[in-house]
Amino acid sequence: MLAMSDYLASYASVAVILIVGVLLAAGMLGANRLLRPQQPTAAKLLTYESGVDPVGQGWAQSNVRYLVYVYLYVIFAVDAVFLFPWAVVFVAIGWAAVVEMAVFVGFIAVGLVYAWRTGVLRWT
Amino acid sequence: MTALTGAVLAQNALSAADLPQIGAPAIEYGTLSPVLAITATALIGVLVEAGAPRRARFGLQSAVAIVGILAALAATVWVSIHDLGKVSFEGTDLLARGKTVAEGALVVDGPTVFLWGLLLVFALVSMLMFAERGLEGGLSGFTGQAAVAPGGAGEREATMAGIEHTEIFPLAMFALLGMMVFPASNDLLTMFVALEVLSLPLYLLCGLARRRRLLSQEAAVKYFLLGAFSSAFFLYGIALVYGYSGSFTLAAIDTAVSNQIAGQNLLLAGMALISVGLLFKVSAVPFQAWTPDVYQGAPTAVTAFMAAGTKVAAFGALLRVFFVGFGGAQWDWRPLMMIVAVLTMVVGAVVLIRQTDVKRMLAYSAIAHSGFILTAFAGAYEGSAGTATITSVSAVMFYLAVYGFSTIGAFAIATLVRDGGGEVGHLARWAGLGRESPVLAGVFALFMLSFAGIPLTAGFMGKWTVFSAAWSGYAWPLVVAGVLTSAVAAYFYVRVIVLMFFADPEGDGPTVAVPSVMTSAVIAVTAAVTIVLGIVPGPVLDLAQNAGTFVR
Repeated sequence: MLAMSDYLASYASVAVILIVGVLLAAGMLGANRLLRPQQPTAAKLLTYESGVDPVGQGWAQSNVRYLVYVYLYVIFAVDAVFLFPWAVVFVAIGWAAVVEMAVFVGFIAVGLVYAWRTGVLRWT
Repeated sequence: MTALTGAVLAQNALSAADLPQIGAPAIEYGTLSPVLAITATALIGVLVEAGAPRRARFGLQSAVAIVGILAALAATVWVSIHDLGKVSFEGTDLLARGKTVAEGALVVDGPTVFLWGLLLVFALVSMLMFAERGLEGGLSGFTGQAAVAPGGAGEREATMAGIEHTEIFPLAMFALLGMMVFPASNDLLTMFVALEVLSLPLYLLCGLARRRRLLSQEAAVKYFLLGAFSSAFFLYGIALVYGYSGSFTLAAIDTAVSNQIAGQNLLLAGMALISVGLLFKVSAVPFQAWTPDVYQGAPTAVTAFMAAGTKVAAFGALLRVFFVGFGGAQWDWRPLMMIVAVLTMVVGAVVLIRQTDVKRMLAYSAIAHSGFILTAFAGAYEGSAGTATITSVSAVMFYLAVYGFSTIGAFAIATLVRDGGGEVGHLARWAGLGRESPVLAGVFALFMLSFAGIPLTAGFMGKWTVFSAAWSGYAWPLVVAGVLTSAVAAYFYVRVIVLMFFADPEGDGPTVAVPSVMTSAVIAVTAAVTIVLGIVPGPVLDLAQNAGTFVR
């Protein structure tokens, strides 16, 4: 049972970390700025794009297919997150855990089957 | 080196004995069978979409959806007979039946089962409207290909080829799943997940109209953005209430609220934010702005499904959160809810008078009806043991039944009044409908009278029950406001009837399309229910009354 002021005080350490973090980053960048020589040329001011001259504008359209792939990837990445805690306890729980996880993965698999059959995975 | 690291790891590693014991969750599959049936229906729908040939898909999908809903209805009846044992909880001797299931995530009690039945019947009727193909020359009322630009060559090609989106059925099933879990949630996290499951498919369905696609897409985007916003409010409210009470479960929140375990500011802010999320879904003023645009733009079958289903689910959740979770703080939220109820009734009824479009008119009508339901909610009359006075929960549930049938029927009729460009929305074009098709105009007049609350229609019984519950809860100003705004709204409804029967048609007047047996069945059933509930409301009223209070 915490009073309101105690409750907020427990967040003080978070605030301190936040302030220290901002100061640290600002201090490092600021020191760098003060110490380094500055001789800008047109080539140096170009956006760095892996050593190649940048093409087009910063706002470029990308193929909508990337979005679907990313979407499917995220679903399975999140799925994997749920598999880790399951792996810790499934020996203790036994067959029920296997069945439950099969149901869960089965759900997602149904979505993947749908995506595959609608042609989302065909690139061309 | 590796051996050494391994040894150190083994020393520090947690063994299974250090962890708290985690057992397999106990799931009451029998009690949850209605929800599981709808889940299975949705998944089968997705698989049909992946596997069945294009020609067979539409028929197969509608059959799967309808059979699935019928199975879930049968399961609901079974649950209502077998799993609703009477329970008593300390402090009161009020009637309550049911139990918490799925490790306390859901609660299947009288109100839950009543609302499940209601939702499934509404969904069944709506699916018949989804499956209607007689009005667009053998195609459904949904766009052929949502991805092509409106009015472009791709759209014509899709229409010529007879391509249809059959995903509408699984999407509707997922929305129905969310609607069923929403009022049954026993903790706020489950409730939030259910809110999203019910909302996301609806956002998508709103944008799939065959005609006036830009309007439809605008409706979908508006609904999505505002809905996402309200979900965020709801989620932040949950976080604050968790900060106050240290728990997500409604019973634990109730204990914390009753014992006033911490400063009230967190609780008040949390309650306010949660109520924003829920009042948005029931389209109460001042969170009603999306309603007319979305109801107008969405395909009419979706509007009917949404108007009836979302309202049932959201009011069920609203009642459960505030009666169970925040019951101890009712003197904090009731005055505010009274103001919201009055505002909703007044704004709904007054703006209704100025409407010229049928679907917008039904949208403002939906807002006004939310206000009437909120009177019973703000009255918060829990009943007393041994008396038969109708409680707030029962009154709200009965009103939802009455309103849902009338509104689905009215939208079904709106799909039939057409000209070359699709449905005729403008009310002036409905002039003279009584001469063109006396039966259809007569049934629409019946729904209007029911909305107005004229005796011998279901609307009258509904209004009587909610006002009675508000009166028992000493919220008599709300009853006065409700009766006055009913009179204002009745003026408009009667004007629509006069327009249909006694005004001269404009030009050729609208034509009434001949629907297939599906839409005819929808109109026949909803009209019959509207009359029967007006004349012999007893059985359904008893069902609502016997559902009892919420189980904590």
